[in-house]
Amino acid sequence: MYKIETKDINLYYGDHHALKNINLQMKANTVTALIGPSGCGKSTYLRLLNRMNDLIENVRIEGTVLIDNKNIYERGIKIDELRKKVGMVFQKPNPFPKTIFENVAYGLRVNGISNKDYIEERVVRSLQNAVLWDEVKDKLKKSAFELSGGQQQRLCIARALAIEPSIILMDEPASALDPISTAKIEELIYELKDKYTIVIVTHNMQQAARVSDRTAFFYIGELIEYNDTKEIFTNPQNQRTQNYITGRFG
Amino acid sequence: MKKNISYIFNRIITALLYISGSITSIVVILIVIFLFSEGVGMFGKNPTEEGFIMAVNKTNKVSHLDAEQVKLLFDGEITNWQKVGGINDSVILFRMDNITDYFTEEQIGENFENLPTCLSKVVDSIPGIIAFVGKKYIDKNFVGKELKIENINIGGFLMGKLWFPTAQPVAVMGALPLLLGTLWVSFFAILFALPLGLATAIYMAEVAHPTVRNILKPVIELLAGIPSVVYGFFGLVVIVPFIQNTFNLPVGETAFAGSIILGIMALPTIITISEDAIRTTPRSMKEASLALGANHWQTIFRVIIPYSSSGITAGAILGIGRAIGETMAVLMVTGNAAVIPNTLLEPVRTIPATIAAELGEASQGGLHYQSLFILGCVLFIITMIVNLAVEFISRRNKRVAS
Ligand SMILES: Nc1ncnc2c1ncn2[C@@H]1O[C@H](COP(=O)(O)OP(=O)(O)OP(=O)(O)O)[C@@H](O)[C@H]1O
Ligand SMILES: [Mg+2]
Repeated sequence: MYKIETKDINLYYGDHHALKNINLQMKANTVTALIGPSGCGKSTYLRLLNRMNDLIENVRIEGTVLIDNKNIYERGIKIDELRKKVGMVFQKPNPFPKTIFENVAYGLRVNGISNKDYIEERVVRSLQNAVLWDEVKDKLKKSAFELSGGQQQRLCIARALAIEPSIILMDEPASALDPISTAKIEELIYELKDKYTIVIVTHNMQQAARVSDRTAFFYIGELIEYNDTKEIFTNPQNQRTQNYITGRFG
Repeated sequence: MKKNISYIFNRIITALLYISGSITSIVVILIVIFLFSEGVGMFGKNPTEEGFIMAVNKTNKVSHLDAEQVKLLFDGEITNWQKVGGINDSVILFRMDNITDYFTEEQIGENFENLPTCLSKVVDSIPGIIAFVGKKYIDKNFVGKELKIENINIGGFLMGKLWFPTAQPVAVMGALPLLLGTLWVSFFAILFALPLGLATAIYMAEVAHPTVRNILKPVIELLAGIPSVVYGFFGLVVIVPFIQNTFNLPVGETAFAGSIILGIMALPTIITISEDAIRTTPRSMKEASLALGANHWQTIFRVIIPYSSSGITAGAILGIGRAIGETMAVLMVTGNAAVIPNTLLEPVRTIPATIAAELGEASQGGLHYQSLFILGCVLFIITMIVNLAVEFISRRNKRVAS
């Protein structure tokens, strides 16, 4: 039984065939790293899982994506319900021009929750889970823009955690951050694994090796290799995987 | 060598930019100085018609009046001296023509040689008289008392409730009705244009199919290029009769008609600027909202509009700016009654409409002419405040966003 299953996925941006016959399964409470050279379709694949690609014009998708055994591209699926279940953290921190508190509360509010105590409790818990609470507890009413880049990214993670998703998608969440902030995020991912299923795109091989249980290597729209992270990094089966992880291209 | 040339080139460009910038500023300043210098001579002048004075009986307690009071006296709206601080006695108006009611032509004399004496007698014999007489017929034996009329001052000009710059015997220049008329019409114009404009902007930026938008956008921009007489004409032919019939009014030329026309005219500004602002909302901001399970409308109202609020405000304020300065269309549909508006369904008159309508008939350098220039200055100050507000808001929001 898998948490996420993608079967025979083909995705086209107009004429551009961006994902080719992807078959990939992920178990619950695991961290899966997506690696591969720029433009190979990692973000496209990630955005497939919460239907973010729907926003782009001229996208055509074939195949099935099952989350908790349900096809999320089926007719009648409520996209906002899906996105509450599948949270997303973006490459660049993108807090709203609101206070720190309101950023985290946003997902609850658009969910129709108005109970003040409940919102407050969830905001605090999410900030704690995102290991940001100690740094912001005295300035919850300040603008989110006053935080550092690393803090902003953890705020975005807290924001995603607040609506209690079961899956978190992260698209290069640490690429815009300094080493210390990056280390904090990695630690956080490690902790979140107990409760969430995490899919993370990264260009950083060490990071993939450190945080993930399974690694998928993409190359020009194809899934070349998918295996336990340890296996991929110590004993890759495919020559291109080997070349990529040893830094010979990409 | 090459470096030198590009350095000189840079210097020349900088100098040119500097010069054109300063020339523009100087021209603007000169225009303002011109407006002001043409008009400022009005203050301190006496509004009584040149060569005439006001005289009352020597027992009259009243020694000075302001222009508004004189106007009301001569219109017969004030009929008792008590109203203007005198004793309880009815007011008797006297103009030069009235002299024949009291004396025969022989008594006055063929060449008016006895006129001063006659005037003196009339003024002396009627306690409640107020006489508007030529200065040259007042001699040193005159037994009446000259009434002092207050000079024009800034407070009286801005706060005066009557605008009769060509009234006799005394010009009354209270710009308050015009000021309020302008603000009143502009306020309702924006009240009606802002929601409509914002809705259109949101529709165009976020909802409409790109092809629809590509048609709509140039059409709306075209709307801004239509001359204002055309709007005025449209208002006169369509909106004015509509208002007259709907509200069952004697005339349809009202503040309401002006507001609607101005609102329509402000729409393109509001729509274009707000739409641009809405479209500058970063994609990442929208995606963040959607990824949290917000639907499209929640994203629009909770993220996109707050994010673009500075642009929207700027659009609204520039729209107001356009409305405040607009002349022709308003002149055509508001009925141009210089009275302080109480409801939307009354005629009003705005500052620009007043200037346009009256400048032609005001003699150059005269009091009336000067007052119109001061009105121009007032208008300039209002628009300047509006523009400074835009500047302030956009600067404040830049600080928040960074
Ligand atoms: N909105 C779009 N419209 C058209 N083509 C797109 C769009 N987004 C991505 N593509 C194309 O699809 C391919 C895969 O893009 P994607 O963003 O998934 O790559 P990626 O693996 O995430 O790369 P990177 O590591 O640089 O982020 C690229 O060739 C890209 O040009
Ligand atoms: Mg990417």
